[in-house]
Amino acid sequence: MPKDLIGSVMVVGGGIAGMQSALDLADSGYYVYLVEKGPSIGGAMSQLDKTFPTNDCAM
Amino acid sequence: MGLAKRKSAYVEYAQAVPLKYAIDPDSCIYLKKGKCGACKKFCEADAIDFDQKEEKHTLQVGSVILAPGFKPFDPSRFDNYQYANLPNVVTSMEFERILSASGPTMGHVSRRSKDKAEPKKIAWFQCVGSRDLNKCDNFYCSSVCCMYAIKEAVIAKEHIGEDLDCSVFYMDMRTHGKEFERFYENAKTKHGINFIRSRVHTVNPVPETDDLEIRYVTENGEIVSEIYNMIVLSVGLETSPEIVSLAQKLDVDLTEGNFCKTSSFDPVLTSKEGIYVCGAFQGPKDIPQAVVDASAAAAAAGEKLAAARNSLTKTPEKLVEKNIFGERPRIGVFVCKCGINIAGVVDVPGVAEYAASLPYVDFATDNLYSCSQDTQEVISQIIKEKNLNRVVVAACTPKTHEPLFQETLINAGLNKYLFEMCNIRNQNSWVHKNNPDLATEKAKDLVRMAVSKVALMEPLKEAELEVNQTALIVGGGVAGMAAAQSLSAQGYETHIVEQNSQLGGQALSLFKTAKGEDIQERLSTLNSEINSDDKITVHLNTKLTEVEGFVGNFKTKLSSNGDDQVLEHGVAILATGAAALEPKEYHYGKDSRIITSLELDKKLIEGDPTLKSLNSAVFIQCVGSREPDRQYCSRVCCTHSIDNALELKKRNPEMSVYILYRDIRTYGEREILYRKAREAGVIFIRYTLENKPEVLIDGNNITVKITDHVLGRPIEIGADLLSLASAVIPNKDEALAQFFKVPLNDDGFFVEKHAKLGPSEFATDGVFLCGLAHYPKPIDESIAQGKAAASRAITLLSRQIIFTSGTVAATTQADCSSCGVCISICPYNAPSFLEEGPFAGKAQINSVLCKGCGLCVASCRSGAIRLKGFDNDQIFSQIFSMNEAV
Repeated sequence: MPKDLIGSVMVVGGGIAGMQSALDLADSGYYVYLVEKGPSIGGAMSQLDKTFPTNDCAM
Repeated sequence: MGLAKRKSAYVEYAQAVPLKYAIDPDSCIYLKKGKCGACKKFCEADAIDFDQKEEKHTLQVGSVILAPGFKPFDPSRFDNYQYANLPNVVTSMEFERILSASGPTMGHVSRRSKDKAEPKKIAWFQCVGSRDLNKCDNFYCSSVCCMYAIKEAVIAKEHIGEDLDCSVFYMDMRTHGKEFERFYENAKTKHGINFIRSRVHTVNPVPETDDLEIRYVTENGEIVSEIYNMIVLSVGLETSPEIVSLAQKLDVDLTEGNFCKTSSFDPVLTSKEGIYVCGAFQGPKDIPQAVVDASAAAAAAGEKLAAARNSLTKTPEKLVEKNIFGERPRIGVFVCKCGINIAGVVDVPGVAEYAASLPYVDFATDNLYSCSQDTQEVISQIIKEKNLNRVVVAACTPKTHEPLFQETLINAGLNKYLFEMCNIRNQNSWVHKNNPDLATEKAKDLVRMAVSKVALMEPLKEAELEVNQTALIVGGGVAGMAAAQSLSAQGYETHIVEQNSQLGGQALSLFKTAKGEDIQERLSTLNSEINSDDKITVHLNTKLTEVEGFVGNFKTKLSSNGDDQVLEHGVAILATGAAALEPKEYHYGKDSRIITSLELDKKLIEGDPTLKSLNSAVFIQCVGSREPDRQYCSRVCCTHSIDNALELKKRNPEMSVYILYRDIRTYGEREILYRKAREAGVIFIRYTLENKPEVLIDGNNITVKITDHVLGRPIEIGADLLSLASAVIPNKDEALAQFFKVPLNDDGFFVEKHAKLGPSEFATDGVFLCGLAHYPKPIDESIAQGKAAASRAITLLSRQIIFTSGTVAATTQADCSSCGVCISICPYNAPSFLEEGPFAGKAQINSVLCKGCGLCVASCRSGAIRLKGFDNDQIFSQIFSMNEAV
């Protein structure tokens, strides 16, 4: 392993995209810093009511 | 959003992660005026610190992924819609909250005006802050608004009733996503939603009421005035100024529309090495596309860091599991107060005291927060000290917290299945707020039931599986190639199986991307990169003839010109692509001047000199798409035809170029091409499904007849070239679907695990999906999904060992009547008949394949199948102990 290679990733933004990236990376053996400016993750998707096609609650 | 008042100390919503209160510094009296501080006084956990200051942390990381999202467009500045002045003009985001059960109106659709009346007539205005250079600078299409407006209209009708009158005012209906077109058709025909092609120019308040009068011009040129109770502005997506300045700070290039600049062949790489992008900052997009990009960005980031994998992560040490065989149950019960969430209603110490009196309960107590880290340690300590061998936690929902408590059991040396959770919060204290006494009784009942079940629980074993570290990719188009490169870069041996004699798939016939990149040039680079990659083996002219095994351990037979080879692999990615429809209309095949889009691309690739000398070219859109028997949009054709129209104009600016279309669907920043084409003089004429263009061949002349949508009169166009935008049709590979036990939809595309959250994988473990086989998509999206499928596959491969669930079905062979119902009913092929031994002919269940759904258990007429962890005696004892209370 090259000495200066760092096995961690910073993900900026905790919406659905940031969360999915963070999960994939963590599950693949990389340390993740998920940075979100609000008090909780979820982003715009958590404000939606239901989503197509299943009408599942967006939560 | 300002629809309702929020206290200064708040949680964003009930399911927020982390579910912790925050203080809003803009409204907290203490932070603003130095008075109050009540929250600090009342907080039992002593969690409030008013002196907390912003701190700066410096972190060293190998890569950065930008996923900062979008900002909904603020329509306040549009004076014609009067959003800022009229309460019943709301944005689509506000309307989502109004529809939501957790929103300010608890899901009751009501107006924002003082009457709070239920609206009877609602209008949606599309393209507010999108496709508009007159009133704002957002030239692009926001991609998502057409679909969400239809969804909101359908759900509003569900809430209010069929009588609700919903109208959507639009320019082009853009339902280009998977299953979207069908939803649009159903909205029109089944739900009776009106779709009106017009941009409303004026909204006026109706005096003495809170209604709204709108004025618009119909397609026939009539001016119409109508009254609505409520108006929803379908606002677009834009990048906030903060994010623009973040991008500048990071030296990341932006596009004309202020989204992050990427190339079609590296769709998640920013202009700065080591910084990747996903989500709406990469371009306006919907949830599935954001999820695809997110996994793709994870793959891209991982490719560069593969050598440092697992260097910073920690693996918890595993304790030796205690053998409890033959021991009498010694149950510990932990009753959670959840702050005041439960304790505010239920007499928690009373429930704990009651629990202590139940049979086999050796220990019972209450906790302020059972899930907090220190309580976890205490529980683990108690299990060891009191030598407990079964645990009940009465708290919140197992859906979120069961894994956490099971972890606690493991840390105390207990098998994690010796555990039962009962939900005395969501299903008790929250819903019985007004009946604290009854709620306490119910909590006792729930605890008693859990105790009687857990007493009968036994340790379960999870089968351990080694994951073969090789990946198989079926299909060698750009999606498959992208997946292979990503897997190889992360260190995994990869095999690409391609039935044709070369790699490249559909991209071999394409000229340029929407961003103007030369496809053939990039493709040949990709090809040589793959051929010189020693971790990638390419099998050309090869087909799959047999697949055996399951996640982590597949055995696939590859057949090439009579030579068979068996490949063992841990994961499979299906990237089998799609094809172009051979048109059956418009006299295709009868004249060499009538060709498909791909055939025109071929001429462009070859630099056909005759293209320059054409006087007139006609493009017909939706050839085979959006038809009753093929009810989907092929997504790529509008952009493709417009691109080619511009190419023709470039070769001969004098050429008359016509595009005959139904809706132009240049979503996202592709909209810029539509604008350029109009500026270059390309003429767009709309037709309807009922009134399609007609093509006549008369001697040497090709004539296209169509009714012009502006003039309302039939016109005739002479064409030297007629390009047909033929549909993208799936391969409908049923044999492959059968091999990997994955489903196809009615159109013949593969069905992903979850339309929104699992777009690049199947419900079948270890099998992944990308490219056109999923749904029609352009090259950049295919490559992103190829990388996404690789990323999802790597989350499995990198674990090396996986465990199946312990809650699986098992047969008692002596009781089996060999009827075979379990074998035919199981969706996962887990049961089979034993072939030898004393029980030959009786059913057995492969615990690796079993998902624990219980179908076979319910179907077994001999009662020979049991579901471990949900055994009959366990469930019955739970039910019977309930009965004592009734």
